[in-house]
Amino acid sequence: MSAIRFEDVWKEYGDHIVLERITLDVAPRAFLALVGPSGCGKTTFLRMLLGEEAPSRGRILIDGEPLKPEPDADRGVVFQRYSVFPHLTVLDNVLLGRELQQSRLLGRLFGRARREATEQAMTLLEEVGLKGHETKYPSALSGGMQQRLALAQAIMRGPKILLLDEPFGALDPGIRADIHVLMKRLWNETELTVVMVTHDLSEAFSLATRVIAFERNRNRPEERERYGATISRDLEIFPRRVAQPHADHPIRSGRDDPAAQGA
Amino acid sequence: MRWVNIRPGRQLAIYMAALPFVLVVIAYLLGSGARLAENPNDKLLPALSSMGLAVKQMAFQLDARTGSYLMWVDTLASMERLAAALAISTSLALLIGIVIGLLPAANALLGPFVSVTSMVPPLALLPILFIVMGLGETSKIALIVIGTLPCIIRDLSMKVQELPREQLIKAQTLGASTWQIALRVVLPQILPRLIDSLRLQLGPAWLFLIAAEAIASDSGLGYRIFLVRRYLAMDVIIPYVVWITLLAFAMDFALRLLQRKAFPWFASVRAE
Repeated sequence: MSAIRFEDVWKEYGDHIVLERITLDVAPRAFLALVGPSGCGKTTFLRMLLGEEAPSRGRILIDGEPLKPEPDADRGVVFQRYSVFPHLTVLDNVLLGRELQQSRLLGRLFGRARREATEQAMTLLEEVGLKGHETKYPSALSGGMQQRLALAQAIMRGPKILLLDEPFGALDPGIRADIHVLMKRLWNETELTVVMVTHDLSEAFSLATRVIAFERNRNRPEERERYGATISRDLEIFPRRVAQPHADHPIRSGRDDPAAQGA
Repeated sequence: MRWVNIRPGRQLAIYMAALPFVLVVIAYLLGSGARLAENPNDKLLPALSSMGLAVKQMAFQLDARTGSYLMWVDTLASMERLAAALAISTSLALLIGIVIGLLPAANALLGPFVSVTSMVPPLALLPILFIVMGLGETSKIALIVIGTLPCIIRDLSMKVQELPREQLIKAQTLGASTWQIALRVVLPQILPRLIDSLRLQLGPAWLFLIAAEAIASDSGLGYRIFLVRRYLAMDVIIPYVVWITLLAFAMDFALRLLQRKAFPWFASVRAE
């Protein structure tokens, strides 16, 4: 649960301006969808938010603090591909975040700590509909199941912000509808602010609380390099969608969230 | 049907695989028979029976002068050198390759150096090794290490860099430190690729082993071949070459088996 603030952010690669004049305030627990044509900088935007790339100008604030310049556990991510580790079983993929968190030296848990983590991971796997697949490797899963696994893996670590880079773009329509239901539930039951890049407008409007469109205002060939894309539409979904303030059975995540403990 | 679409069945494939071997043996037997018919004392293409006798003498009869079974002693000496050298170069390459592949700073520091040193012809260094380290085991093992290490390092560091960027980002979003990324994400995914790399380096490793043994040694498969060359003892040389080939093939096969059994997930990753 975090507020995100972009203050006049630009991104340039040499002479090539990709994004310009991005100013944006995202409320905590919002579900933001970024849409726009290919090459308009949606993914660049997400990568800046991830900390993978730094803005050329301007700054990004999370809860008022400047964004850390590299990815960390505050920001979970699901990519379209390669989001899960092929050398780990389904269960180990979900456990990984906890193991990295609790065992700095070996990155592995043993005995009681592992049993406890496994119990949580199994609950989470059941939530995302992967019960019974724990011992499989990701390559044995379908595309939709792999993305469910990627979601479970990211949520297990308890990020404040979840970034989704066209996560369901490669899935069949039926499977996509199923995973949308899951995504909505996860957003409701965890304390997440979600930012999703998508090129599917209906997906954006059916999931998000707010849809942001990126567009290049100047598209003549001689102007392409010198003018970047910027926010052209900023639509609040009506009627307003709000995440449930307190879920009955919040999905347990790795974060010791004071809000969840009634503090 | 186009040639690109013609696939031999399983049984046919086995026969086809056997065919070149059978042809070579037949060609040898014909050549050997023709030469021996002309001159029964011909040494160039000995008959199978005389090679069998030579093997029996080398492998199963105590050598009167040294009191040992020569072929086994030779095999043991060569395998010890090979195993020691490959153990050193794979473990070093694993360490250095991961560091170079994962850390941009290490790549900037060591990448060009490794690229240049991998171009030095190792055999050209052999005299230096003999001068500096003497004629003992050290210089032979060092030659194999020098010959194989830079190639494996380059291969592994490239394999590390080929891991999807998304995986490294994902690991960081799960809170992984550099050390944890290396330990839990990179190392386990590089190990099966190390086996590939090692399999490719078996050939050069044997080459450097035989070369070092040929020049200065008192035991080993390469030593024996070059020793009996003086007597044109083809009946010993040919079985030794076949035996070396078999050993190399067995090592390759064992590595492939290890890869399949120890890393069951790897086949589908490679197929992508």
